[in-house]
Amino acid sequence: MASSKSLKASGHLLSDTGVQLEVLSGRLPLPSFESKLQAIGLSPFNRLQTQVLQVNVGKMCNQTCKHCHVDAGPDRKEIMTRETMQQCLDVLAATSIQTVDLTGGAPEMNPEFRWFVEQIKAMGRHVMVRCNLTIIVANPKYHDLPEFFRANGVEVVSSLPFYNRRRTDAQRGDGVFERSIKALQMLNEVGYGVEDSGLLLNLVYNPAGAFLPGSQTDLEREFKEALLKDFSIRFNRLFAITNLPISRFLEYLIESGNYERYMETLVEAFNPGAAANVMCRNTLSVGWDGYLYDCDFNQMLDLKIQSGAKSMHIREFDAQSLEEVEIVVNQHCYGCTAGAGSSCGGEVA
Amino acid sequence: MKSTYYDPKDLKKFGAIADWQPDLAKKFFEWYGAVFAEGELTAREKSLIALAVAHAIQCPYCIDAYTSDGVQRGITEGQMMEALHVAAAIRGGASLVHGVQMMGKADELLM
Repeated sequence: MASSKSLKASGHLLSDTGVQLEVLSGRLPLPSFESKLQAIGLSPFNRLQTQVLQVNVGKMCNQTCKHCHVDAGPDRKEIMTRETMQQCLDVLAATSIQTVDLTGGAPEMNPEFRWFVEQIKAMGRHVMVRCNLTIIVANPKYHDLPEFFRANGVEVVSSLPFYNRRRTDAQRGDGVFERSIKALQMLNEVGYGVEDSGLLLNLVYNPAGAFLPGSQTDLEREFKEALLKDFSIRFNRLFAITNLPISRFLEYLIESGNYERYMETLVEAFNPGAAANVMCRNTLSVGWDGYLYDCDFNQMLDLKIQSGAKSMHIREFDAQSLEEVEIVVNQHCYGCTAGAGSSCGGEVA
Repeated sequence: MKSTYYDPKDLKKFGAIADWQPDLAKKFFEWYGAVFAEGELTAREKSLIALAVAHAIQCPYCIDAYTSDGVQRGITEGQMMEALHVAAAIRGGASLVHGVQMMGKADELLM
């Protein structure tokens, strides 16, 4: 079962991103991800036009999921300030980026969260919120989140590792399944996931263990049947996302003796088609403190986008420079290119 | 000789049987792939059948491969165990139904 403390609060060695990178790069005789890109003609590896601004508004969370690459939890205090949010809005105003993807931790726990959503909507952009579901029922002050989402046309993207308690609670903590079901029912009540309502409710499937996700289409069908039959719950799409060997999932892999086998599985499943479509090519990740990253995973490994010797910050956003700088890659990238590929929007190949 | 007969790492080396008989191996693996593809039965149904049969014949390689495949497909622990009971019931039943033959023979011999 999941511990309630983050790695950082526990003083775990793996809370140091340098140690994680050393583990990823140093321990196993596997080909470098960079060499795979070279072999398929994707080197230098550059981003294309940025279409999504993924903003991590903080690591504070009401859950401490076992597979979390953010090492988020109730003991994390890092949250984005309104000033940094304004800098994100300034970038939106200066570009044609259409989608803002808000993530965390639990983004709703940031005191400026609702203000931020309303500002983005006022600019006519699409908002996605990575909602962990239990936040809706965690505290009475969050009970009106479904209505707030509805009023702002937010696309809700929520994790549910399985349609039963055993696998969901094993990954996300005791009681999470029951609370998630309640939250999904509350979202359905205001129209989310209901056909033709225009209110998108998408679920994310992360394997509850050391294995790759199966067919996204098959999983979506099974989840729809089971959730409708057992709980009268409806949703739109299911995204199957591979767990990347970072932070708490890396710790789980090592502790359970699965690390070597899992990395070998990822490397063997390398799919060149997936590599061409990875999300770092069209998504820009913003950290809680405003620094820029190629993706949320690089963010959690502290692999900042560099312009020369300088780390790029949102206040210095420059689309041209971003397209010229190579995407930072490392061995964890095999997670996004395995099999059907993986991204925050599910399969890519 | 290794200290144990079975090494889980050997499962990944299955393809190496082609080294000593390439044509036969090619025929086998092509047929195997066709057997497990989507057909009148789904690939998922076939995977669960394979898991049950793996226990009937007690092949540790197949148990490894099809448990992993089942977990990846989202087949639950309850479903996998039920499939195993099907295999066990058939095995048990196969022994017991021969008891009819036993009873018939005993009837022939006994007054």
